[in-house]
Amino acid sequence: MLNFTIRRLMFAIPTLLVISFIIFAILDLAPGDPTASLPMTVPPEVRAQIRSTLGLDEPFIIRYFLWLKQFMITEPLNLIESSFGITIGEGDRLRLTSWATRSPVVDLIAERMPQTLWVVGMSQIIAVLIAVPIGVISAYKQYSWIDQLGTLFSMIGFSVPTFFTGLLFIVIFSVNLGWFPSIYDTNHVVEDWDSFVFQIKQMIMPTMVLALFTAAQISRYMRASMLDNLNQDYVRTARAKGLKEQTVLLVHVLRNSMIPVVTVIALNIPTIFGGAIITEQIFRVNGIGQLLITGIVGADIPLVQTLTFIFAALIVLFNLIADILYGMLDPRIRYE
Amino acid sequence: MKLRSILIGATALVAATSAHAERASDGQLNIIYWQAPSLLNPYLSGGTKELEAASLVIEPLARYNEVGQMVPFLVDEIPTVENGGVSEDLTTITWKISDGITWSDGTPLTAEDAIFTWQYCTHPEGGCAQATNFSDVESMEALDSQTLKITFSVPKPFPYGPFVGAQSPIIQKAQFENCVGTLAVTCSDENFAPIGTGPFVVTDFKANDVATFAANENYRDPNKPAFATVNFKGGGDAASAARSVLETGEFDYAWNLQVEPEILTAMEAAGRGEIISAFGTSVERLMVNFTNPDPALGDERATVAHPHPFLTDTAVTRAMSIAIDREILVIAGYGSAGQETCNVLPAPAAFASPNNEWCKNYDPDEANRILDEAGWEMQSDGVRAKDGVRLSVLYQTSTNSVRQGTQALIKQMWEAIGIETELRNIDASVFFGGDQSSPDTFQKFFADIEMYTNNFDGTDPEAYMGNWTCAEIPSPDNAWLGMNMPRFCSEEYDALAAELSGTAALEERARIAIAMNDMLMNAGAIIPLIHRGGVSARANSLEGVLMNEWDSELWNAADWTRSN
Repeated sequence: MLNFTIRRLMFAIPTLLVISFIIFAILDLAPGDPTASLPMTVPPEVRAQIRSTLGLDEPFIIRYFLWLKQFMITEPLNLIESSFGITIGEGDRLRLTSWATRSPVVDLIAERMPQTLWVVGMSQIIAVLIAVPIGVISAYKQYSWIDQLGTLFSMIGFSVPTFFTGLLFIVIFSVNLGWFPSIYDTNHVVEDWDSFVFQIKQMIMPTMVLALFTAAQISRYMRASMLDNLNQDYVRTARAKGLKEQTVLLVHVLRNSMIPVVTVIALNIPTIFGGAIITEQIFRVNGIGQLLITGIVGADIPLVQTLTFIFAALIVLFNLIADILYGMLDPRIRYE
Repeated sequence: MKLRSILIGATALVAATSAHAERASDGQLNIIYWQAPSLLNPYLSGGTKELEAASLVIEPLARYNEVGQMVPFLVDEIPTVENGGVSEDLTTITWKISDGITWSDGTPLTAEDAIFTWQYCTHPEGGCAQATNFSDVESMEALDSQTLKITFSVPKPFPYGPFVGAQSPIIQKAQFENCVGTLAVTCSDENFAPIGTGPFVVTDFKANDVATFAANENYRDPNKPAFATVNFKGGGDAASAARSVLETGEFDYAWNLQVEPEILTAMEAAGRGEIISAFGTSVERLMVNFTNPDPALGDERATVAHPHPFLTDTAVTRAMSIAIDREILVIAGYGSAGQETCNVLPAPAAFASPNNEWCKNYDPDEANRILDEAGWEMQSDGVRAKDGVRLSVLYQTSTNSVRQGTQALIKQMWEAIGIETELRNIDASVFFGGDQSSPDTFQKFFADIEMYTNNFDGTDPEAYMGNWTCAEIPSPDNAWLGMNMPRFCSEEYDALAAELSGTAALEERARIAIAMNDMLMNAGAIIPLIHRGGVSARANSLEGVLMNEWDSELWNAADWTRSN
């Protein structure tokens, strides 16, 4: 197992290097200009000057290696320095900066990570809490009205896009009922019961929009996997031994059915870090997804390159984790 | 003596009653800009969102008010030739900073700060977005700590480029001293929280998201600002920003609501706020290509070497102009944010030509008659032609739902008079971007007609009208830089442009600018469509808003109050 993990980790390094080059090249070749969004009153000479101060005059390959150095060496060193309060070497390095904000990209990401983890992370937890019971009951009472209802729920959740449910929620709960704020207050600090209630209120809509979508997906996997297991011989044996139906279902069947579902959930985790572009934009949650879309719109290429690369690295990492988890949950699987 | 003290007492009384609020007594002001500011230093960004957010904190010496007149902010009076502030030869201007103006940290504002701002912005490695405001400045000197003398290298009939309007506020020398040139990028803290003289100070800034401000304790008027804090939220889209003011009432002021007019009207019906608009100099126009964009010409495509086969015929462009029903375009796409216009220079009022009103008479019959008369005969396929040249145009613009709506309407109107129209839209970041390798930029103009909006800062049109001189024609020789999209070139026009740059009297300047505008209209180089205004929304409880297109919309935020 350890051998397998090390082998996979070693293999990830060249994979990530290739990915980083491809991301950099694609974004660099794509049309777009950081000065395009400036007002027309800014003359072309000034625009050319701005582009040159951003380093766009340098050849492609030099910019790539500079980015690689800043991302792989400067930023980790900087992180070590700031967390342990020490200085390594000169200590004054040119950090990876965003074009639009002229501030370090890593600081921008760090500022936004908590909101994304709270909102998107919470939505995943709620999604699992909704999806597992629906999946279990749907499978146990296959073709009953409750199964049909579950199917309908997941059909709706899966096929209605989040930009629609988001707007629908705002119109119903903010405009007409006035229960929840339609705009996420990113300066809000939770310090007592009232502010905690407010935090819950402002998180409900974005979280539920995302949870509906994910729950629809997971509940289908759950149902299918339960159905597979319910017809297995060991279930019949368990029942023949006189076990309570509750035990049969929740201990034997559920546990075995969780194996593929856990994989699905693990592979979903990188998307938690990636944020939810559309939902964050609709509710103005200042998460990673919103950061990415502002970067794309403003042609803030260093920001987009870095974010996309981090997503790629997370996907590689969680694929590995899913594989390892699989081996731990199912003793039949071994990677030696 | 007695009389004087009575007078002083009386003015103090008037001042006390007219100021109906004390400083920081009205709680929080919530402003929403659907494009979030990425920093608060307008010199490093140039975007409107950063400019306006920063205008709460940093100020120029004088601003433009809601009707486009200069009002002194940090000075007692605007220097002119009459009051001796501007020299007779128009090469120097001397500003006198008012007594007792301090930065929010309590230190006094001096002429040195202004000089530093100029040096900061004109540093060759700084990439300052507002460098044009300082064009032709030869030197700046501090005659004393409050007197700033600016010397220009050429006579400046309009010497109000530096430190007038939201585009060139003064930044503090003590704060930005170590941020000049390439060091600008290392100064995130300074760029996120500049120290200013304005009514508010930055308390927190989250890039691309939200900025919070508090009332400036050292603001020059002890009763202002009325609001204790400002929550400046950004991001999302225009429709939901409008909703947050007009329907849910979560915010007090929403900026730049480019939303279909019927949607805005429906939201306003909720009764929580109102839509306000103001008009500056923005004109949505069609640029007519006087050169041939035929791809077969290779490198000489869209250059002056090859005139356009039919668009240089003024009969064609005139017919195209009167075949457009501008009223329909306003109703469909702009609502209260648009007015029909026939001038590329629609404002200020003194500079607006009265001579082109003919274009407002939508008259397809007349258009047909003009084309018939000019020999463009209708063919069996419904398209006019003369000597084998068909009236077929490629019409491009940036991707934007209002623009595509306008394109579709104009295509219909033109096809009705026998002009075949092919539409194209290009992503804004490419169309307006300066990417040399892309064939789709608005400067290369590889099409027959293109549509976009342009305007100018402040109230003086000299630089703007200079866009259509021969030297401004984009071509491969100047790396396609230049704003003369139609490739219009006339000695007479260039002579007028030169005359404008040497004339100081306002009436004369207006006369010349109007003549230049008319020349462009008569040549058919530009077909103006809509005079566009800014549209914002304010909550009913917010008072004191004077919507302003000449300066920042938040220019008088110090005077904003909350009604009970």
